[in-house]
Amino acid sequence: MAIADVKEYTHLTEEEVEQLGRELDAIRADIEESRNADDAAYINRMIKLQRGLAAAGRVTLMAGTQSRRTRVPAAVLGGSLLGLAKILENMEIGHNVMHGQWDWMNDPEIHSSNWEWDTAQPAEQWKHSHNYVHHQFTNVLGHDNDVGYGILRMAREQKWHPYYLGQPVYNALLASLFQWGVALHDLDLERIRKGEKDPKEMKRQLRQILRKGRNQILKDYVVYPALSGRQWRTTLVTNASANLARNLWSYMIIFCGHFPDGAMHFTEEELEDETRAEWYLRQMLGSANFEGGRTLHVLSGSLGYQIEHHLFPDLPSNRYPEIAVKVRALCDKYDIPYTIGPLHRQYGQALRTIMKLSLPNHMTSSDDPAPPERRDTANEPPRDRKRRSDEERQPRRRELGAYARSPREREHD
Amino acid sequence: MTTIPWERVRRAGSKLTTPLHPDDYLSLLNPLWSSRELRGRIEKVVPETEDAATLVIRPGWGWHYEHRPGQYVGIGVQVEGRFQWRSYSVSSPPRRSGRTISITVRAMPEGLLSAHLVNGLEPGTIVRLAKPEGDFVMPDPPPEKLLFLVGGSGITPVMAMLRTLDRRGTMPDVVLHYSSTTPERMIFRDELAALADKHESFTFHQLHTDLDGMLDLQELDAVCDDWHGRETWACGPGPMLDAVTGHWESVDLEERLHVERFSLELGGEGGEGGTITFRNSNKTIEADGATTILEAGEGAGVGMPYGCRMGICHTCTVTLVSGTIRDLRSGDEFGQPNEPVQTCVTAAAGDCTFDI
Repeated sequence: MAIADVKEYTHLTEEEVEQLGRELDAIRADIEESRNADDAAYINRMIKLQRGLAAAGRVTLMAGTQSRRTRVPAAVLGGSLLGLAKILENMEIGHNVMHGQWDWMNDPEIHSSNWEWDTAQPAEQWKHSHNYVHHQFTNVLGHDNDVGYGILRMAREQKWHPYYLGQPVYNALLASLFQWGVALHDLDLERIRKGEKDPKEMKRQLRQILRKGRNQILKDYVVYPALSGRQWRTTLVTNASANLARNLWSYMIIFCGHFPDGAMHFTEEELEDETRAEWYLRQMLGSANFEGGRTLHVLSGSLGYQIEHHLFPDLPSNRYPEIAVKVRALCDKYDIPYTIGPLHRQYGQALRTIMKLSLPNHMTSSDDPAPPERRDTANEPPRDRKRRSDEERQPRRRELGAYARSPREREHD
Repeated sequence: MTTIPWERVRRAGSKLTTPLHPDDYLSLLNPLWSSRELRGRIEKVVPETEDAATLVIRPGWGWHYEHRPGQYVGIGVQVEGRFQWRSYSVSSPPRRSGRTISITVRAMPEGLLSAHLVNGLEPGTIVRLAKPEGDFVMPDPPPEKLLFLVGGSGITPVMAMLRTLDRRGTMPDVVLHYSSTTPERMIFRDELAALADKHESFTFHQLHTDLDGMLDLQELDAVCDDWHGRETWACGPGPMLDAVTGHWESVDLEERLHVERFSLELGGEGGEGGTITFRNSNKTIEADGATTILEAGEGAGVGMPYGCRMGICHTCTVTLVSGTIRDLRSGDEFGQPNEPVQTCVTAAAGDCTFDI
């Protein structure tokens, strides 16, 4: 079931929703005013740790594999360090810096406008497809391209087609090649296929992807193996494993954000005249958290606090735990569902949905929490749900981080 | 001299570190080993007076010790996690073989950052630096006869010039008139007295304005009867500089006067202003022609980048997508589409849109 009106769904009056919005604004203001040296130290420490891990991993692989006796342990250790470094860089550092979470420090070296991350997708395209499209239109069918990424069928409202019978296979491919899937995400292959994409823009984006992808491939599969001399094969395989580990991990964490049971979808009607408070409410209903210790949260880029992240995408991630306490209290107060569970359960539910929705609706049952007597849109005739271009979208909200080109990216035109 | 082509080494190194720079890793070993942003380490904090101190800074990679005596540098210090920028005159003489530069800072009553620099900066702190700038400089070779009119901490650029003249052993005929509220607050007093002892051609007049009142320019002849014939450098508080400028203009000698103001005087000629749109932040604000784009953006709640706030460091540069803006220093208008502009010294001249 997709929600057409968040107020109606939550049984809140307009005044209550606005009040909720004001209380969330107050949480934001609180954090903004209290950002301080400890927060700055946190991200600097994280960056230091990540670069240290990466350097240690590379050196271990190059040096440690030279002797027959240390080859295997060095490969295992080096690969783990490198994989860990890539995960940290993509999740807790890159993703969050590009959201503008650390722009307040006024440090040009840790700024959303020029951060480039260690994955195939150019930062500029990520900022558009993620910061803008996904965070503005979260879970709105036909608007948010992250509902299935144009590859999977993740909502019962998305029309079934025999193509989706292969969904378990596509899912496995997406998981293992995740960075390349993400790299192509902003290109919008569907639009290209239909010939609706501006050829100039397409060429520009493709050039960007090729340049970035080339450098990434050269680094991991040519330069470092070459520097390992006779052990080039070990380094190459280990680098590929580190990339694979990062792909699988980030895929799993990201699938836990909006696909577990309880994270709702919305129809286009919800977007009409949506206020800021209703936008907040949509973010809360459309996102799912998972539980875990501090290490798990850091390794998942604080996306275990998906709800808080979607409410305040540009507040420093190390503050999400304290924000979560307040958000949860608000959910109790207004009787709004707060979706959370252990990681294995959240991912299990997402995986089950992938399997179920590879079949037509009539062969499976819905796992959405039963809605109170309200309009169910699942049985309505399917509407036009193709991906929208920017011109077809409503104007965007402010706190979503920058997405336009940075000066460095502009040089590449 | 070095023959290693560092630029090529770095480019090759970046194949290993992409998408980062080699410097991003090297600066973990030594914070000064990065030229991505100019950095410096505070080596010493030398108290000069009760409220002023000299910071001796060791710059990192990418710094050229080629400032001209009298120029200033930007210094960025992280306070509560946030980089704050100010500009200060370099008080040390330029030295090609040098390893450090010095800036001398007086803690201003309302200046949070200057107080932090004087009292709160531990040796070892890493700061950010901006390249030397400014036209308040001593030509090489120096003119034969010079006059310096200095008030308060305006001594700092002049000190760099005097030290340069002293070090080169080419002290020409120099008169320094230095006003300070009390002798205790007079920065470099002992060093200046020693210079006066050492060089016969250097005359040092001290005026303690708490006791003796301010210098009356009508009585300048009593201090230096041939001031008409001297190339003059004046640095100090705004009112003092206004008076000096007026005095020199009244006798048509403004060509021989060089003035340094520590605060930015934006031309009064504000344009018409307009609606400023910050495209990515989805915010707009009405601004008059005297409000800088930076202030307007901050007022609208946009996370504007900024540095020195006086048009020096270019940290605040943002792309102007469309519309026209006016440079408040010169009055020049700019309106090329997609032109990077310094937001701290420009204002809207009609509606304009920025890429932030």
